[in-house]
Amino acid sequence: MFKILSKEMLTPGICKMDIVAPRIAASARPGQFLIVRPNEKGERIPLTISDYDVKKGTVTIVTQRIGASSAAIVHQEEGAFFNDVVGPLGNPSAFVDKTPEELAEARYIFIAGGVGTAPVYPQAKWLHERGVAVDVIIGAKTKDLLIYKQELASVCDNLYLCTDDGSEGFHGLVTAMLEKLVAEGHTYTQAVAIGPMIMMKFCTLTCKKLGIPEDVSLNMLMVDGTGMCGACRVTVGGKTKFACVDGPEFDGYEVDFDEAMRRLGQYRTEEAQEREKYGI
Amino acid sequence: MANRIPRVPVREQDPQVRAHNFEEVCYGYNKEEAMLEASRCLHCKNPRCVGACPVGIDIPGFIARVVEGDIAGAAAVIAKDSSLPAVCGRVCPQESQCEGSCVLGVKGESVAIGKLERFVADHNAAPAVVPEKKEGAKKVAVIGSGPAGLACASDLAKLGYDVTIFEALHKAGGVLEYGIPEFRLPKEKVLKKEVDEVRALGVKIETDVIVGRTVTIDSLMDDEGFEAVFVGTGAGLPRFMGIPGENLCGVFSANEFLTRNNLMKAFRDDYMTPIHAGKSACVVGGGNVAMDAARTALRLGADTTIVYRRTEVELPARKEEVHHAKEEGIQFQMLTNPVEILGDEKGWVRAIRCIRMELGEPDESGRRSPVPVPGSEFEIPTETVIMALGTSPNPLIVRTTAGLEATRRGGLVADENGQTTRPGIFAGGDAVTGAATVILAMGAGRKAAAAIDAYLKGKEQ
Repeated sequence: MFKILSKEMLTPGICKMDIVAPRIAASARPGQFLIVRPNEKGERIPLTISDYDVKKGTVTIVTQRIGASSAAIVHQEEGAFFNDVVGPLGNPSAFVDKTPEELAEARYIFIAGGVGTAPVYPQAKWLHERGVAVDVIIGAKTKDLLIYKQELASVCDNLYLCTDDGSEGFHGLVTAMLEKLVAEGHTYTQAVAIGPMIMMKFCTLTCKKLGIPEDVSLNMLMVDGTGMCGACRVTVGGKTKFACVDGPEFDGYEVDFDEAMRRLGQYRTEEAQEREKYGI
Repeated sequence: MANRIPRVPVREQDPQVRAHNFEEVCYGYNKEEAMLEASRCLHCKNPRCVGACPVGIDIPGFIARVVEGDIAGAAAVIAKDSSLPAVCGRVCPQESQCEGSCVLGVKGESVAIGKLERFVADHNAAPAVVPEKKEGAKKVAVIGSGPAGLACASDLAKLGYDVTIFEALHKAGGVLEYGIPEFRLPKEKVLKKEVDEVRALGVKIETDVIVGRTVTIDSLMDDEGFEAVFVGTGAGLPRFMGIPGENLCGVFSANEFLTRNNLMKAFRDDYMTPIHAGKSACVVGGGNVAMDAARTALRLGADTTIVYRRTEVELPARKEEVHHAKEEGIQFQMLTNPVEILGDEKGWVRAIRCIRMELGEPDESGRRSPVPVPGSEFEIPTETVIMALGTSPNPLIVRTTAGLEATRRGGLVADENGQTTRPGIFAGGDAVTGAATVILAMGAGRKAAAAIDAYLKGKEQ
């Protein structure tokens, strides 16, 4: 059993939780994910790690209530317990293996959307602490859905906000923001996009156009998260990869996003039935 | 006189009924039936059945106790060589092991050794002998709680070691939990009982720990004080065919399909796990996993077909499973191999395109290898495709442990006692051999336990 040390609602549908899991906290690195099984009858839900604190022995997750299973996480209260939390899973971000010389030359731009904004934090923090140039773009439909503004502002050089309705920051999509920055003379050696699949697809098209190498973090359907089930398979560079053990981050240029989007929706009918059953 | 009695039939759930539920197919013998069946054993001077058992259970010895109605005595005989009799009695391929060598089988029907083993395990009420706790016992880590790990851990606990099993999933049992379905191996009634017996010996089981991610073998040895490690991580990685259309929606590995249903209990309404069998399902493969996946899909409401590239004679599955699958209404398309999976405009499976095969010359393994018949392609319409093509060991531990070597096929390099290429680290079961049987894994776990004991005693001196 894993205790929820603290819980904070970031928006009416998105919550942030610190969970006591000392072994995971000690082993986690930026880019990795974990799996939560909220209760005995719940699913195993993969979530990208949003922070980890070795001293407190905690890991942070940010979850959006979408279906019955994610609701089982979001509806848990501070002080309660999750049945299972397992990780860290997947490979750390590519930059953790880079040499200080390589990093000194680098200029990172993170493009974050929706609930995918939170896992950008440990990545930007890791780079920022090592003096690497980091800019961050956060996008959301409207200002109430922008999350992690302060957290990210503290670990980057420039933070840019965008909303689809113009209620805060730049009025437009993250891709338009990125084009604007480049047009204004900003240069980036590496982009990292984390967010909804459709956002990552269009970020990839924009990055290709601008000639910026780009990694994306794929949050596919999974059962075990250790390479056993193959539910998370994606086509990358024409080859089948398992997001859980080969990813979760891949070169965005090589990802077949249309297939990935279809595969994400594979249990849509069953999920709708569950939502109805639980009145969500 | 004794051998004139025909083999006592075992009671089973009606095929038409069981095709719609997940209750166990076989009811097993009652005491009267078991004693009668046991009386058929000829007690050969040179019992071939024992030689054919991978762990050498004293089969005539335990059967003699059953004849007398001494179940606890029979259980004690089996326990000398096996730690999972209720499981093995259900899932061992007896027809190619003990029962396949039974003298009675030459002219008639062999003794139902598997069913008798199961009877003894299910009806034994004698509690396990809990070993005395020793102060300062040496700590041994066992990675994986499948048959190899459970067997290794219980032997080590009986020898007085302080044993912890680390399991990556949230439940102990390994393939017995995630792979083998309820209708063949009931989880609460049978598996949990055997896992609890291992716990009763003093073995600690820590779930949700992935060795290679959460911790490493080195951190267990250097920081947590484990003096030896047994790797029994099985062969969990699914194979795919590499044909076009394999990533369409509705194509699943048997591992995914079975894990959703067994470990995650998708068949039960009160669990949240989604599963998609469709109205029609094709299962590709001919092993026990293929039979399990097909019979699961059938129970979830799909018209199910098994597609296999050789003939029924070559099916690697246990005969009993093939027989049960047929009784339940599974279709068999033999000498058939998929060449492409065809999708609809939404990216879902609509059919598989197959080619007819014929058996050619025998290959190195002695099996006649199937070769495609040119121009014989045809389509089987289906909503889902389940790939049951075998599995291979997970590379995570090899990649994260210096000094451990694996073969080209991914199995850990280990000698017959389980000693790997690094002192203090032992391995056995599917993690070494690639996918094999429960009993071989259990045997390997027990050999490694003896080797670990010798290693730790040697270190002391």
